[in-house]
Amino acid sequence: MNPGRAAVALAAVVTALVLQVTVFSHASWAGVVPNLVLLVVVATGLVRGAQPAMVLGFVAGVLLDLAPPADHVAGRWALALVVVGYVAGRVRQDVRPTAGSVVATVAACSFVGTSVFALTGVLLQDPALGIGEVLEVIAIGVFLDVLLTPFVLPVVMGTFRRLEPARATA
Amino acid sequence: MAVDLFERPTRQRSGQGQQPPRGPQKRERRWRVTERLEERGRPSRSLVVALVLACLSLITLDSTAGDASPVEPVRRAVGEVLGPVEVGAAAVVRPFVAVPSWFRTHADLRGEIGDLEAENARLRTEVNTADYDRNRLKEYDGLTAAAEDLGYSLVPARVVGLGPAQSFSSTVTIDAGSQSGLRPDMTVLNNDGLVGRVVRVTRTTATVLLIVDADSVVGGRVGSSMELGSVEGRGQLGSTGRLDLELIDSSEVPKRDDAVVTWGSEGGAPYVAGVPIGRVTAVYSSLRETAQRAVVEPYVDFAALDLVGVVVPSGTASDRAVIEADGSVR
Repeated sequence: MNPGRAAVALAAVVTALVLQVTVFSHASWAGVVPNLVLLVVVATGLVRGAQPAMVLGFVAGVLLDLAPPADHVAGRWALALVVVGYVAGRVRQDVRPTAGSVVATVAACSFVGTSVFALTGVLLQDPALGIGEVLEVIAIGVFLDVLLTPFVLPVVMGTFRRLEPARATA
Repeated sequence: MAVDLFERPTRQRSGQGQQPPRGPQKRERRWRVTERLEERGRPSRSLVVALVLACLSLITLDSTAGDASPVEPVRRAVGEVLGPVEVGAAAVVRPFVAVPSWFRTHADLRGEIGDLEAENARLRTEVNTADYDRNRLKEYDGLTAAAEDLGYSLVPARVVGLGPAQSFSSTVTIDAGSQSGLRPDMTVLNNDGLVGRVVRVTRTTATVLLIVDADSVVGGRVGSSMELGSVEGRGQLGSTGRLDLELIDSSEVPKRDDAVVTWGSEGGAPYVAGVPIGRVTAVYSSLRETAQRAVVEPYVDFAALDLVGVVVPSGTASDRAVIEADGSVR
């Protein structure tokens, strides 16, 4: 990844993070907001493959762990988004993803990402929550992420493709 | 490349020799492209191991060191940079959030409603704490009254960021920081009651742990009986957000609709005394637990937090107007 692409990816992550915390908190459902940062990582995985997506997932996760108002143990979202980057990057690369496959990938990644985060929380007792509440949050999260997919993924994927036209058309 | 060795003879044997000679070459190129794509899809093992180890060591570092965590300065630095961005974004969004209310009512009506709501909230607070105040007056103790600074000042602040429920912690960012005189472990309230406490500050923002967070424990006092207990959050926001009150004296049973106020900590940190928390909606007792457990509905609507006040010692230097104990603005 050259510096220019890395800067654009980082800018996308920071924008997503700020929007997620400030704008979408006004439209939250039971406190759950669309995980825009996760959507950016999924888009990277679909366009560029697993390796860049995992690196970006790590960076984005650390930011999500440290930026206010986060107050959980740092490294938990980082681990979750590294796994998300891996999953999104393993989607079949030789064909251009269709709308259906993008939505399916987002749903799977949202489920996996929030679940990994919740599991680390269970292991660390940070905080101890009932499994029912966790499942409810995961379900609402998947729904909201899928709902936002048609508005976010085409824009982000298009931007990444324009930055890397040779590979994207192959 | 194993693929080419098998591919080319197969193609020639299958009787497609009449095709132009560049056929196999084209085929070969496509194979190579596909293979490169597969390599691309599979990340190198060393990277996977490095990233996962980095995450795990970060988690270990932050969870074992506790408050003296080496991650804390980094957290603060990130907050210094992203805090102002969040404040700016919230300021841009705020007018648009208010758009629906323009269509509902005229400006003068809105002003009137705002005034009535403020008065309502003040009256409700008075009713909520009446029992407590009466008892407090009755048990008036010269020593504590002399030691305690009853008047406190408020630094007004707005909520600019809400932690997503996917993180399973209930925290918000407010747009006042150390420049406004805020420090960690200060009480945050709004005109309905107790909101939470400050856990971390940057120059321009502060992170507030809400009392509904599963990690939050507040010393509480039942207003009608002056019984002490601890109020714990359940980690749920919104209209279903409830708190659990556990009384120290197991023989005491709180009544339904009893008001619960803060017990107060030494020196007013993290919680000052007498701030209304919520009302008792149900009481449970089990043989297994020695204490009574009551469900408390908080007065504050945590899903719609906006303007809050942070309790600061009176006379604190601040970059904004401070509301003094007597209601004047300085």
